[in-house]
Amino acid sequence: MRYILRRLGFYLLAFWAAITLDFFLPRLLPGDPAATILGSGGQLDPSQVQALREALGLTDQPLILQYFTYLTHAIRGDFGISFSNFPVPVITVILTGLWWTLLLGGSSVIISFIIGNLIGIFGSWRRGGAVDSFVPPLLVLVGAFPPFFLGLCAIYLLAFQLHWFPTRHAYEDTLVPGFDPAFFGSVITHMLLPVIVLVLSQLGGWALGMRNTMVSVLAEDYITMAEAKGLTQNRIMFRYAARNAMLPSVTAFGIVLGFVLSGQLLIEQIFSYPGLGFLLISAVQKLDYPLMQGLFLMITFAVLVANFIVDIVYTRLDPRVRAG
Amino acid sequence: METHNKPAHFEQQTPSPETVDGPVAGPEGAAEMPDRQDLPVEVEGTPAGQLLVAAPPLPVPGRQRMVWLRTLLKNPKALTGIAIVGLFILVALFAPVIAPGDPTEFVDSPNLPPSAAHLFGTEGQGKDVFRQTVWGAQTSLFIGFVTGFIITLVSTIIGMTAGYFRGRIDDILTLLTNLFLVIPGLPLLIILSAFLAPGTGTIIGALAFTGWAFGARVKRSQTLSLREKDFVAAALVSGESSFKIIFTEILPNMISIIMGSFISSTTYAISASTALAFIGLGNVSEVTWGTNLYWSQNNGAILQGAWWTFVPSGLCVALVAFGLSFINYALDEVTNPRLRAEKDLNKVLKGTAFRKTRTRATPVFRQSQPNSK
Amino acid sequence: MEKGQSYQPVMSQEIAQPQTQVKGQNQIMSQSQNNTAFPVQTKPLLEVKDLRVEYLSPKGPVRAVDGVSFSIAPGEVLGLAGESGSGKSTIAHALLRVLRPPALITGGEVYFKGKDVLSLAEHELEEFRWQDISMVFQSAMNSLNPVMRIGDQIIDVLVKHKKISKREARLRAGELLDIVNIDKNRLDAYPHELSGGMRQRAVIAIALALNPPMMIMDEPTTALDVVVQKEIMQQIEELKEKMGFSILFITHDMSLMVEFSNRIAIMYAGEIVEMAAAREIFENPLHPYTRGLISSFPPLVGPKRKMAGIPGAPPNMAEPPTGCRFHPRCTQCRPVDKVTRPQLQEVLPGHWLAYHEGMPGINRGQAGQAK
Repeated sequence: MRYILRRLGFYLLAFWAAITLDFFLPRLLPGDPAATILGSGGQLDPSQVQALREALGLTDQPLILQYFTYLTHAIRGDFGISFSNFPVPVITVILTGLWWTLLLGGSSVIISFIIGNLIGIFGSWRRGGAVDSFVPPLLVLVGAFPPFFLGLCAIYLLAFQLHWFPTRHAYEDTLVPGFDPAFFGSVITHMLLPVIVLVLSQLGGWALGMRNTMVSVLAEDYITMAEAKGLTQNRIMFRYAARNAMLPSVTAFGIVLGFVLSGQLLIEQIFSYPGLGFLLISAVQKLDYPLMQGLFLMITFAVLVANFIVDIVYTRLDPRVRAG
Repeated sequence: METHNKPAHFEQQTPSPETVDGPVAGPEGAAEMPDRQDLPVEVEGTPAGQLLVAAPPLPVPGRQRMVWLRTLLKNPKALTGIAIVGLFILVALFAPVIAPGDPTEFVDSPNLPPSAAHLFGTEGQGKDVFRQTVWGAQTSLFIGFVTGFIITLVSTIIGMTAGYFRGRIDDILTLLTNLFLVIPGLPLLIILSAFLAPGTGTIIGALAFTGWAFGARVKRSQTLSLREKDFVAAALVSGESSFKIIFTEILPNMISIIMGSFISSTTYAISASTALAFIGLGNVSEVTWGTNLYWSQNNGAILQGAWWTFVPSGLCVALVAFGLSFINYALDEVTNPRLRAEKDLNKVLKGTAFRKTRTRATPVFRQSQPNSK
Repeated sequence: MEKGQSYQPVMSQEIAQPQTQVKGQNQIMSQSQNNTAFPVQTKPLLEVKDLRVEYLSPKGPVRAVDGVSFSIAPGEVLGLAGESGSGKSTIAHALLRVLRPPALITGGEVYFKGKDVLSLAEHELEEFRWQDISMVFQSAMNSLNPVMRIGDQIIDVLVKHKKISKREARLRAGELLDIVNIDKNRLDAYPHELSGGMRQRAVIAIALALNPPMMIMDEPTTALDVVVQKEIMQQIEELKEKMGFSILFITHDMSLMVEFSNRIAIMYAGEIVEMAAAREIFENPLHPYTRGLISSFPPLVGPKRKMAGIPGAPPNMAEPPTGCRFHPRCTQCRPVDKVTRPQLQEVLPGHWLAYHEGMPGINRGQAGQAK
């Protein structure tokens, strides 16, 4: 329990740091931030200027009060009004993308975690076998490709040339979102290619990490004892070896998540997949600063929550941290 | 987890009533022995025979450095990586010779497929893709290496300070490091670049700001463990200044880690700057692999079927990243004793009947001399 | 299962090993009349003949165990002593065939109740392991799966070998904890929640689970403090009396070994250099290495002696010394010993020695020195 509380405290601190960063960033610009931003943004009407000033927390109050107001607004999820979707509040825009990002990210991380770890487990079990010799270097090579470039190639080849997959969006434009099989089918066919690309780009990391921990776990005395006990190979491999070897993988989850998300933002962009990454990049292109800031906070928030869930799972997986 | 580790640690530390026990020199230690064959026999001041003595030699930083560097330069993976990266550096340096002419010049009609006139074809505005790819190497590699250097410098200073001084300083720096690790990098990078004035300097600054934390963590833990070593303790007792200890005792033993960190930061910088440029956050008038991809996307290359406008630049980024990670992989193989032992093991197992046995039980081969070479 | 081969200490010289006539034998025999030797009329439970184990290394094979032969009778405790790296643990692991690559068994035979262990197939090995020979590992902390409850680590071996339901296995697991004086409700504890002594007892409980005729104990108490060590050894002794299993007992602690074993084999550099009844080894050590080993421990019983260590370090097994492997460290070494390899021979009834031709001291008898 203490461990969980400590982690929770850390995430709150991290979220506070992200809000603070968000608050000070526009103020790092020379001169009046609103003017500078608007100078590069072209024509905006006065109501939009006002919206921007409010979103940035630029009022006549002293800085510390501005900061405090900004903080309370951010915690309430009030990030102001989006310019590019004027006059829709930023939070509404964000919420349209959140679920798509969670769907895409969640499924790709879970799939690559499972497949990658299985490759690592079997590779280390039959060292020098086919799985061990050829698959990891291949995955390292694939992993060296920027995910968005893999995505571009995949779209070009598999979607445009071969027409195996839809090229863009999260579902068929003609369908209305709802609980019907046609819609679900469309969602699944649309996420197939982006998920494959994301899984391919992460797989090597999981597989190599798992393989390396497996190799050191297999040298542990409790594995020798499990073998001496005459248990079946499967039981030793999963219940004794992999069960212990997966712990570092789970701890690495937090950091990996950040990297995965970075790849995913661009994948969403090139697949026009309407998640947070797509929104963020279009906000950047449309110079929609309030939306950008809100998205940054929301993405950070999602990552922190995911980290926290991983921590809770970890305490279930490793009895030793439960006590501490 | 710390609470778990303590008892185990304690048990291992319990002095056993062994009075006869000398250093472990038996077969249990054999697998752990470093690969002596790979050690250069001509190491100065070290008779070859001495290397075979079971007792480990005292840590002599200078000598160790020489050994791993030489071993690295014999490692085929490292050589492959160095060759790939070296090739791209040469291309960048000799861009004016390899692809003479202005890469931003409109040379022909748009979206021409590769031909003798335009090796990689032309892109959506009629610029020569080959020129763009070759010249793109210059800025991309420049950003990569400069950022890699800055990240390495920052993370080394922060990591070593935290690891060496420990206590309050460490607590604060570790917290800061962990914060930067958990806050997602690319979104932060994107809003940083969006708010700050566009340009190469901004990109490098933003990349360094978001990229130092991982390296700092690795260096902190390495410094922490080096600080426990006898030779550092000896220097501390003899009253040397912290400054001197850090630079003469600790730093020389971290060269391989710092080098690894430089390589991975460079990889990160090249990939991330390409991604930034791709979404239009670089200086779009400059020619880099990232901006090439940006323009390709902007000109609807996929819709036009003009694959040659994005494949060369993307492939270059991938190859450089692959080459760099290959060097790092080899570096790890050479300096990490566990991996080295594993490599020895694989070498030994190759050709013996170990592979053919599907079982994990200890194999029985009743020959007088098993094939081991 | 052969149960109830109860342990009967007999004060005699009845040894089933083939007798070899050695000069001066009668004289020495009379001196070792009160040795507690084990009666080995029955067929041995475990027979190891000329066992060889090599570790492959990039520089060539390293012989960790080089032609070791011994046997263990039902209910007998054979102690295996020697410095770290002498090959004791390697033998233990080789018997169950759980040595890891790059280890290879390159020769010899192992028979357990007539079963040829070295030619068992994988599934036969699974049956053989733990059912016939179980093992108590050196460090309980490291040999228990840290993420599995103690109970589950007992249950899985019961379910695998006895083909009983989980529920029955759990009941039996509780009984086993009872036997080693651990509260039943500790079944649901994780290894890190137990004290060092308790963990070791839990490991013993797992070893007892299938009531095997033989147990290997690889330094079962080395990681524990002296008081707990004593307690556990007593408990093992009691269990052995009750259940009658044989033990291959491995330690480098000579005083513990003498107290606990019926017979002792002394290993040096992958070979057995001397093997005899415990008391005989202790009172009449013939090999210079044995003498050094004994004199480096304070005796638990008997008169106090001057303590001395053995100079030098164990040899590099990649290039073992020629002739007698102990010669570089031996104070009584003669030039001939550096060349000729001694052979293990029965120099006295039941007393085997890596005999050097014309070994000083043997002919003149050890009687005077042993006293």
